[in-house]
Amino acid sequence: MALDKNGIAQRIAQELKNGWYVNLGIGIPTLVANYIPEGIEVEFQSENGILGMGPFPFEGEEDADLINAGKQTITTVAGASFFDSATSFAMIRGQHVQLTVLGAMEVSQNGDIANWKIPGKMVKGMGGAMDLVASAENIIVAMMHSNKAGESKILKECTLPLTGVGCVKKVVTELAVLEIKDGKFHLIERAPGVSVEEIISKTEGELVVPDVVPEMHFD
Amino acid sequence: MNKVVKNVEEALVGIQDGMTLMLGGFGLCGIPENSIGQLVKLGTKNLTCISNNAGVDDFGIGLMLQAKQVKKMISSYVGENDEFERQMLSGELEVDLIPQGSLAERCRAGGAGIPAFFTPAGYGTEVAEGKEVRVFNGKPHILESALTADFAIVKAWKGDTEGNLIYKAAARNFNPMMAMAGKITVAEVEELVPAGTLDPNQIHTPGIFVQRIFKGTAFEKRIEQRTVRKNA
Repeated sequence: MALDKNGIAQRIAQELKNGWYVNLGIGIPTLVANYIPEGIEVEFQSENGILGMGPFPFEGEEDADLINAGKQTITTVAGASFFDSATSFAMIRGQHVQLTVLGAMEVSQNGDIANWKIPGKMVKGMGGAMDLVASAENIIVAMMHSNKAGESKILKECTLPLTGVGCVKKVVTELAVLEIKDGKFHLIERAPGVSVEEIISKTEGELVVPDVVPEMHFD
Repeated sequence: MNKVVKNVEEALVGIQDGMTLMLGGFGLCGIPENSIGQLVKLGTKNLTCISNNAGVDDFGIGLMLQAKQVKKMISSYVGENDEFERQMLSGELEVDLIPQGSLAERCRAGGAGIPAFFTPAGYGTEVAEGKEVRVFNGKPHILESALTADFAIVKAWKGDTEGNLIYKAAARNFNPMMAMAGKITVAEVEELVPAGTLDPNQIHTPGIFVQRIFKGTAFEKRIEQRTVRKNA
């Protein structure tokens, strides 16, 4: 069965390594914080100027001065720090943040990503996404395999305005874990009960399928 | 040097039609809401506003958009504002969207006397159109220029009569860089104290960057997305 948003987040959380600083984008990526594996210690960076972001506050303890990059009220954990936006992006551009997880509208087989604009329809802006994808060593994209019309978002080439070129290395969807290398998608894992055929049929980009494709494993 | 002005009216004297303003804040967090209210009252027109976001329809810079005071917005994300989207798609409003880190650094550079810098952000995208590309360490970068403003208007938690500022939590965001990049920088603060009261070790923006400071009379500090967890 295809994963839900929480399942995608839970699978991405398995990629976390001890000691990493991690930036989570808005949407599914935010949910990754709920599934940190036992024994793994990571610290979350929010690009509006927080290191050591914690969970949502208890009711009545919301602070208008303490929000995340999605403008949601949040808290901090022990050892947190605050800083200005230039310092925040120095952390990102300077590769002091080990992992970026973000959403996408389209990803292409050479690692291009589009997630900020639909010409004539939706122009919200790129926020910090272009800085994040241009510099992060590890980028995982959390997204649905197809759009609402059923068209694949895992493409040979992106059709929407790009956010970054050749930067995505891993994609986790409701159906599969894909790696991008040598200009191709490589099928690494499939969601429990999802067939390789379904993944192939919903992937427009070139997909390398090994003889055995293991199912994702969840504890 | 005493930088204190009596009120928001005095703080914004000299702002004229067609000027470029920087306004601090991220979303509605850390925005100079007293000054924005006064700008709406003044009715100044054809403004170029540099601010990470454009407020929401009925708060923050959204109020200036409703009043058609803004000719051009320079921002990184403008997603929460229907009137903004309407004006942009109809061509009434010029919009320059900039990657957030580049926006922050362009303000910092403007205040620091650095005319331009290379960044990898935006290479290969429409942001790079018309910009010089150079390869450093095997990686392409684009040339981004510094930003400055006729007035930079920032919001701080505490300030002293010398213009030294301390921000609170995530309300710091763009305020320190914008404070550096204004020809005239106005700071509105929640608490204004005599020089010598704040610990010099804890100052975020040194007073040299601030020309006028006043205590705001009304801080609504609206929350854009109230998210909570259940009490245990």
